[in-house]
Amino acid sequence: MKKWLFWFSAIVVLAAMQAGVRDVIGPYYFQILILVGINIILAVSLNLINGVTGQFSIGHAGFYAVGAYTSASLVYYGQTSIRAAISFLPHMAQDVVLLLLGLLAGAIAAGIAGLAVGIPSLRLRGDYLAIVTLGFGEIIRVLILNIDAIGASRGFSGIPLLSNFFWVYFFVLVTVVVVHNLVDSSYGRAFISIRDDEIAAEAMGIDTTRFKVMAFVISSMFAGIAGGLFGHFEMNLHPNSFLFTTSFYLIIMIVVGGLGSIEGAILGAILVTVVLEAFRGFGPFRLVNFAVLLVLIMLYRPQGLAGNWRLFRKAGAR
Amino acid sequence: MAILHIRQCSKRFGGLVAVKDLNMSLAPGDLYGLIGPNGAGKTTIFNLITGVYTPDEGSIELDGKTIHGRKPSAIAKQGMSRTFQNIRLFKSMTVLENVQTARHMNKKQTVFDAIVRTRSLKAEEAEIRHEGMELLKIFSLDTRAHELARNLPYGSQRRLEIARALATNPKVLLLDEPAAGMNPLEAIDLMHLIQFCRDKFHLTILLVEHNMKVVMGVCEKIQVIDYGETIALGTPKEIRDDPKVIEAYLGGA
Repeated sequence: MKKWLFWFSAIVVLAAMQAGVRDVIGPYYFQILILVGINIILAVSLNLINGVTGQFSIGHAGFYAVGAYTSASLVYYGQTSIRAAISFLPHMAQDVVLLLLGLLAGAIAAGIAGLAVGIPSLRLRGDYLAIVTLGFGEIIRVLILNIDAIGASRGFSGIPLLSNFFWVYFFVLVTVVVVHNLVDSSYGRAFISIRDDEIAAEAMGIDTTRFKVMAFVISSMFAGIAGGLFGHFEMNLHPNSFLFTTSFYLIIMIVVGGLGSIEGAILGAILVTVVLEAFRGFGPFRLVNFAVLLVLIMLYRPQGLAGNWRLFRKAGAR
Repeated sequence: MAILHIRQCSKRFGGLVAVKDLNMSLAPGDLYGLIGPNGAGKTTIFNLITGVYTPDEGSIELDGKTIHGRKPSAIAKQGMSRTFQNIRLFKSMTVLENVQTARHMNKKQTVFDAIVRTRSLKAEEAEIRHEGMELLKIFSLDTRAHELARNLPYGSQRRLEIARALATNPKVLLLDEPAAGMNPLEAIDLMHLIQFCRDKFHLTILLVEHNMKVVMGVCEKIQVIDYGETIALGTPKEIRDDPKVIEAYLGGA
């Protein structure tokens, strides 16, 4: 029953921090803290495709966008009727139900998008898959730019504020635990075998297409959740948040952290988010300095920040 | 009743006929050798049987079921396993994990079990571990179970490949030059091991090998291929005396 103890204490700690963290660190750092959490969810989920399964996807921002806009529009347009249906609940509980419904819708929509992209394109290898996923991300963004009901190029504003520190970091925990458990099971071994040697994996009875699509869908669903949390925190969404540069930053996070490692994805997400903010003082040289930092990290630690360091014990080992 | 039955199989790559009208029939328990000079089409035959290639003509049956045209993973699930000429281990995994990976398809766990880490999953994972260690013991790899596969010496990597292939619980095992790169002593040990596994796991084994001493010593039936066509079929003694075989290997007048 240690599992329940873990989740119980996590919820208590998060709730306590939710009460005070914003006042202690101030709104600016609070904003960054939330962004770090959302980027951890994105990086850890992307790592499942790029790091663990070895498929090169550069369209993660697309799934992030699908989740963000789906979740936001469900709540924006459905808010009145949903609240009416659950009017017996206190207002705060209604908010929670709305948020969770929104995140669920975001996750499902992003998962379906992942399935739709994954089934035809995961037969492709390497560069070809990268191009298809890049194209997908751009298609999503252009679609959003042309749908008036979700704000088109004006941006989607008026999204109710529903997510907060508690929910962001609760889903960070969920993402990390789910991905870790998955990687440390027969499924994870199947994913890694595809990365190591696809032909041998097939010969050992692993249906590589099916497992690639599975990794893709699971990863997209978490990107969708991250999108929902983002929209309901920022209260407005703009297609420019989902440019392909967003996908590239996510790839930088997992490469800098150490491809294939959950710890690495977390470290990378923290580092890239914080450094990009901290370098704002450099003005026009911000990205130059950022690039120099990346080159230095890769020169001195090519295996990524995490390398072989493991925070989470493998349940299988010993 | 043959367990692996190939009828009139042909495979062409553009204008090159790699395999022509191949017939092959393995009875359960056979230790069957497939030999031929370099480029004769042996590996192509392996790739046809395991589904990497689809034959242009002909049929392949495993245990009475047609398997040609199906995906390699589906054929593997029917009970076909193999090793590779150029070792293809899962290099970033440990020795034990390599074997555990191959046991995946015999298990029932769902994604949900894996994510929530249910009790049945833990029991099953323990079982996979146990079975994996048992297999490694047979191949004397159990002491290195937690080392990375890529750090093993060459001979051990070859043995691990066979152990991994056995972990899928196959009916038919295809070995592509298992003794390649081994010294004569290692090769002889390996042959004993192959015979032992055949008897212990009730396997049917199809073997490609260049080391004639090994092939002649261990196989009960040998088929000789040259330019994609069968030129001889029989016991080791018959093969050794066959003038066509001698011509294919030594060149004729």
